[in-house]
Amino acid sequence: MFSLAKLVKPALGLLAGFTMMAAATTLAAADETRVVFVTHGQSGDPYWSVVKNGMDDAAKTLGVKAEYLAPETFDMAKMAQMIDAIAASKPDGMVVSIPDAAALSTPVKNAVAAGIPVIVIDSGGSKLTHDLGGLLFMGQDEFQAGVMAGERIKALGLTKAVCANHEVGNSSLDDRCAGFAKGLGVDVPVMNGVIDPTEMKNRVIAYMTAHADTQFILAVGASGAEPTLAALDELGLSGKVKTGTFDLSPTILQAVVAGKMEWGIDAQQYAMGYIPVAMFDLWKKYKIMPIADYPTGPGFVTKDTAASVIELSKLGKR
Amino acid sequence: MVSETSDERVRSVSRLSRLLSRPELGAAAGTVLVFVFFAITAGGSGLFSAKGIINFLEVSAQLGILAAPVALLMIAGEFDLSVGSMIGFAGILIAIPSVFWGWPIWLSLLFTFAVCGGIGALNGLAVVRTGLPSFIVTLGSLFMLRGLTLGLTRGISGRTQVSGVHELALHDPLNSLFSGQVFSGLIAWLADIGLIGKRADGLPSISGIPVSIVWWIGLTLACTWLLTRSRFGNWIFAAGGEANAARNLGVPVARTKITLFVMTALAAALFAAIQVLVTGSADTLRGTQKEFEAIIAVVIGGTLLTGGYGSAIGAMFGALIFGVVQMGIFYTGIDTDWFKLFMGAMMVIAVLFNSYVRNRAMRSR
Repeated sequence: MFSLAKLVKPALGLLAGFTMMAAATTLAAADETRVVFVTHGQSGDPYWSVVKNGMDDAAKTLGVKAEYLAPETFDMAKMAQMIDAIAASKPDGMVVSIPDAAALSTPVKNAVAAGIPVIVIDSGGSKLTHDLGGLLFMGQDEFQAGVMAGERIKALGLTKAVCANHEVGNSSLDDRCAGFAKGLGVDVPVMNGVIDPTEMKNRVIAYMTAHADTQFILAVGASGAEPTLAALDELGLSGKVKTGTFDLSPTILQAVVAGKMEWGIDAQQYAMGYIPVAMFDLWKKYKIMPIADYPTGPGFVTKDTAASVIELSKLGKR
Repeated sequence: MVSETSDERVRSVSRLSRLLSRPELGAAAGTVLVFVFFAITAGGSGLFSAKGIINFLEVSAQLGILAAPVALLMIAGEFDLSVGSMIGFAGILIAIPSVFWGWPIWLSLLFTFAVCGGIGALNGLAVVRTGLPSFIVTLGSLFMLRGLTLGLTRGISGRTQVSGVHELALHDPLNSLFSGQVFSGLIAWLADIGLIGKRADGLPSISGIPVSIVWWIGLTLACTWLLTRSRFGNWIFAAGGEANAARNLGVPVARTKITLFVMTALAAALFAAIQVLVTGSADTLRGTQKEFEAIIAVVIGGTLLTGGYGSAIGAMFGALIFGVVQMGIFYTGIDTDWFKLFMGAMMVIAVLFNSYVRNRAMRSR
């Protein structure tokens, strides 16, 4: 039989339990380290998704409270406001990316002036970081990584290349293309692509039809690389026209293993999420902080090493 | 053309004049214009080779699959801005159960169509029950579906792309419905007699017609039949023309609209099924801006933004123009930095030409 009292008692007990738990968390929170990430990378972006995984794993392992914030679109005014707001909440450490120095310098400088330790990741670079009073810069210099990719292709004796950019206007992808041309030492046209995989694939096919002498296609991210592989397959050029990419995915790694792709360039961005959390924890507890910048990439994943990271890529760690 | 009886209600209308007043006429003329343009600027570049044609038809087909039911919905006077997000959502619904939970692909597909159809019905219900503009309601679902997609995918997989569907779909009974090629034998024969070019390795330049093109044509014909030959089609025109009058005449306006919202959602799920099975992966960003591309295709196709007038065949031409312009620019050798400027201009010219032809046709009646 239904009885109200029977229902109320356990409910009250549960409520009491929750209240006690909440009280316990509040007590613990007082000396728990709190780190906040404010970046320009939406968590829907596969690249930034790995950064966030690094942050989450570090927070869980080390018992640190970590939050991830990013504007919904590439909106620097919004991001500046976010940095101001987070600085006002006095976290124990703030991690930012600075894709636009003009828009973000003032809020970062203000946060530093307010006594908040700041680590810069991914974009911004070493000089800007130290000018603004940041502790250190972690990331991959996209232009330099592009140069290294170009040099590798030059070493293979290839000269006719194209940069397949699936998101023209994103400055770090533009830097990758520009660095690549510098490293190769010749002009490299940029093929304007799109996120949609069918259109991207067919654009690569169209480009290759119109420029049949192309020897190498550089993709600047997984969203461009997977359709590029499909396009070369359809054209019967797989393995003949060489290709390589920035960033990794399980499909890219399988293609590298199969010899359909030369390499994938890993920015090892998991570290950009994980290590600042650990650093700020050490900083809060023992006032320990590394004294030099931390370049995370480029790590070239080739046929010899690809197989070992496929599982890690599926888990979102690479 | 007024007959001797001088009663304009019973005048006879010539077959030509009836043809000229069809909504898709302007779109067909626009298509011809675009084809002529590319024949001149990119004629010898491979755009009109078998490979090039399949190339732009595949892009057109995927958009056209969305555009046909979107045209019906717009004729009924409503918009669905959630179809783009629905594509990303549906893709994830197919990929996650099969990759992470070991469901067979056919079951994931049925599950996805059921869930998407249900969300379409909710969209429709929300529109007819609240009386809010569908623009606002489905703008809400656009954001909600993206958020839901991202949250679910990251929560379950820790990534935003899920790949590995190819291997799972290899022996699935439904796989070839969405990702295969048809007429491979015919294509091989055409290549043998030299009508279709060959690749460097001796295989024909295309291995068949992508099945998405068959879906596109089939859906367009089905929607056209619905619109022009069925009672449901009359309800659609009535709902979009003057909803109150239609309701007074006993047209089930609410039911018609809800059905159409279910249809657009199912079309988005079909789009996703094709893309996931062809590429072997799903991504939370898939389908971004497809809602606008579908509306553009429908408008190029001669359907009025205000409802009550339009056709599914027109939407097919709209999608065709979109695909040809999208891909054609690559063959012209124009610097691709100018791509969007050029594409926008071509669209506007096609629509202007379209309405010019239609107005001329209407006046000459």
